[in-house]
Amino acid sequence: MIEFDRAGVRVPVASGDLQILAPTSLSLTEQRVALIGPNGAGKSTLARLVNGLATPSSGQVRVDGLDVATRGREVRRRVGFTFTDPAAQLVMPTAAEDVALSLRRTHRHRAERRAAALDVLADFGLEELADRSVQTLSGGQRQLLALAGVLATAPSVLVADEPTTLLDLANARMIGDLLLGLPQQLVLVTHDLDLAARCDRAVLVTDGRVAADGPAAEVVAHYRATAGTARPAGDRG
Amino acid sequence: MLLGHHIPGTTRLHRLPAGTKLGAMLLIGLIVVVVRGPVSALVAVAMGLALLLWAGAGLRLTLRAIRGVLVVALCLGGWLAWQQGWASAVEGVGDLLALVLVATVLTLTTPVDELLDTIAHRVRFLRPLGVDPERVALAFGLMIRAIPATVELAEETQRAARARGLERSLPARLVPLVIRVVARAQHTGDALHARGLGD
Repeated sequence: MIEFDRAGVRVPVASGDLQILAPTSLSLTEQRVALIGPNGAGKSTLARLVNGLATPSSGQVRVDGLDVATRGREVRRRVGFTFTDPAAQLVMPTAAEDVALSLRRTHRHRAERRAAALDVLADFGLEELADRSVQTLSGGQRQLLALAGVLATAPSVLVADEPTTLLDLANARMIGDLLLGLPQQLVLVTHDLDLAARCDRAVLVTDGRVAADGPAAEVVAHYRATAGTARPAGDRG
Repeated sequence: MLLGHHIPGTTRLHRLPAGTKLGAMLLIGLIVVVVRGPVSALVAVAMGLALLLWAGAGLRLTLRAIRGVLVVALCLGGWLAWQQGWASAVEGVGDLLALVLVATVLTLTTPVDELLDTIAHRVRFLRPLGVDPERVALAFGLMIRAIPATVELAEETQRAARARGLERSLPARLVPLVIRVVARAQHTGDALHARGLGD
């Protein structure tokens, strides 16, 4: 379970402090939770709080009862995170080596690590790309590989920050289907409202605040109806 | 640029243990830097080229390996020739090319995963001093990955400058490149943090 207990984020700017996220209290227990809202509304900040990529200026964030601020290492073993642009996430030269990097903590011997990495790649249909340079992969393949690298360590929660934004229709659909079918709890930041509507719950974030929260279909319908009236947001991520 | 890329193969160099190759690279690097003079620099370049060809790179890949540093090498050579004469220019450019070629042989013939294991193993004696061998190995791996990634960013930045008709403007090519390299480093740091690597 993911709990936000009056968790807020402020950052210092030249004119004082800028509130990125107002103190927010949420308990996310559903299997698939979508975070939706306009650009710069604070969705990504909310998502980044879950594994310590962002730190709350006030309040607490807990995952399975563990405070992210003080027990970040344990939390990160439970929470996987994928980014919009997988290029920044793939840090090794080849697909197999990138997945193997995730497995260094759990597999001491290289041969075992390589075998486990190939198994993970096979699960994602990427086995034929094992020794290909990550630079030569397509956008869809890179995103799939980034997911494989994160899921290789079997986290119990996956936070995906706009994973389909840079993909074409077919790849976006493929990644979306894959994410929604995962056994892990999923926190999905997305602008794809069709994908968001397929989640169990959606949280609409606007201007750094939770504007609506409930069954995904209802929140998405509310957002569709009101999106045109929303004020363009600042740079809240 | 070829530096940072691994090409699987079965040559003798591919089969050598990573530790042996790493040690040899450090030794050659030391000799190249310590031994002075244009002749030794040219010999080192010839040796680097021979090793690269032996590693199965072929003529086309070997030329690619050199092309990546040629602009920097020529700038350095021009500066040294102007400041200190031709002998220094040949030595400086030769040493640079030789070091790049030898490093390319190492990465070309050794999977990064094997290099990480070797480095983590070799620096474990520093553990009592608070050094985490896995972190050192990870830093080395990231450095290798950063080389082709930075070249890729430089090419993208160059194309963006050309699209705006600014291909002759040094600031238009350099400033965005620096910003993008720093941003990429930050994103990579976030990604490693998110994956719990280096925790």
